[in-house]
Amino acid sequence: MSASHESHHPLTLSGELRLETGVTINKCYQCGKCSAGCPVAEEMDFPPSLVMRMLQTDDPKHYEKLLRSMSIWLCVSCEMCLTRCPMEIDIPTIMDNLRQKSLRAKKTNPQAKKIISFHKSFLDSINITGRLYEMGLIVDYKMRTGAMMQDVLIAPKMFVKGKLNPVPEFIKGRKKVAAIFNRVKKDNKEGK
Amino acid sequence: MIKVGFYPGCSMKGGAQEYQESVTALAKVFDIELVEVPDWNCCGATAAHNMNKELSLSLPARIMALAEKEGITDIVVPCAACYNRLSIVKHELAEDPSLSSKVASIIDLKYEGTTQILNIIQFIDKYITDRLEEKVVKPFDYKSACYYGCLLVRPHSILKFDRVEDPQSMDILVKKAGGNAIDWAFKTECCGAGMSVSRTDTVARLSGNIMKDAVDRQAEVVVVACPMCHSNLDMRRPEINKFLDEKIDIPVLYISQVLGLAVGIDAKTLGLNRHMTEVNLPVRPVKEPAVAAVPEKEVITQKTEA
Repeated sequence: MSASHESHHPLTLSGELRLETGVTINKCYQCGKCSAGCPVAEEMDFPPSLVMRMLQTDDPKHYEKLLRSMSIWLCVSCEMCLTRCPMEIDIPTIMDNLRQKSLRAKKTNPQAKKIISFHKSFLDSINITGRLYEMGLIVDYKMRTGAMMQDVLIAPKMFVKGKLNPVPEFIKGRKKVAAIFNRVKKDNKEGK
Repeated sequence: MIKVGFYPGCSMKGGAQEYQESVTALAKVFDIELVEVPDWNCCGATAAHNMNKELSLSLPARIMALAEKEGITDIVVPCAACYNRLSIVKHELAEDPSLSSKVASIIDLKYEGTTQILNIIQFIDKYITDRLEEKVVKPFDYKSACYYGCLLVRPHSILKFDRVEDPQSMDILVKKAGGNAIDWAFKTECCGAGMSVSRTDTVARLSGNIMKDAVDRQAEVVVVACPMCHSNLDMRRPEINKFLDEKIDIPVLYISQVLGLAVGIDAKTLGLNRHMTEVNLPVRPVKEPAVAAVPEKEVITQKTEA
């Protein structure tokens, strides 16, 4: 997937993306099928085909706008864009890459706070117990976002239906899972 | 009794217990014991691949490495999201040996990538479908909209499962169970997935459009193979109905519940009582009385004509 032959010139943004993800942005010829099929395009500041075009320009201003966009967080990773792309450009992988860059550069869109908080709460739960503990996730998410009253009305019914587990399941190897989190965190800090 | 490896995933231990109950009960009818991967962890789902690539590779790799250690060859992964993550990681690590050894050192386990990852339909087709029709005692005689969602079929280049725009595998199973799988337009449209909590309005719109098309085409039930799709279409029904400004009350069943009902497993064992949208399927006469009723009716018609 990597393109190790690129070396003589300083990398353009699209070149850097190709090196990191193996995806060639320049294949996009703006047919718009990704934006037409994307379930959340209408809520996005830049629909997927425009994200591709902005990256093709290699303009740092456009890149900056994308890192600060809502689009990258609204993307639900449904993979419809890739499925319908006549050039088979892996847009979801680009979206993953942009999200992670936006996080590391601390440029996340303030309006994406709830979405990002949910992901963080989700991963925290795995870090602690080894598995996702749904009730813990919701409580943690509420603490992060202040959305204390959200969905409180359905909780009792879920409990009666046996859909809310009151006690988390701790796996035996939870320390090993936590070690995975630590190693990954360390690698990221060292830029590996 | 055949033993097959099993990765339930976190949903099946929480909000989607009925999925595990029904899969286990169905397997039992066909003499299959599902053996959990020992001490499995969460696959990381959407959160991990949105936030950190290495983590999104390592969590599923640990699951597969544990299965390998146990000598498990097939892992049944009924949750479409887990199935998707495990399959993609298996593919990516097979493509890139240096990445594979890096991940192995992160998880501190030997990883070879030898396990076969089966989604619920692949599992049924491999172990059950041949014997399914002979076991059907109560045909699931309902107009069923089979909803596949995203993660069961995409990306096709890696999963290579079913047709990507108009999949058929679940429709075929429903037909074998005596059901009427209807033709509809939203089989693989996204339900809003993991945005259920963080962006409920988006989920109400996307899931609303799915339910609306199913109902407009006279579906009596929507059939799914993913706990996330299920919770969006079932648990988010009040929000869906508010978005659509109408009252849709058809139930959402897992494919394992549909097949389970058809082979005569009772509703409670299959966890039908756990759904947030009540399962009130109209009672249809079972096969024998239905056959007996036909000549009787014909006799009356003939009399009237005479």
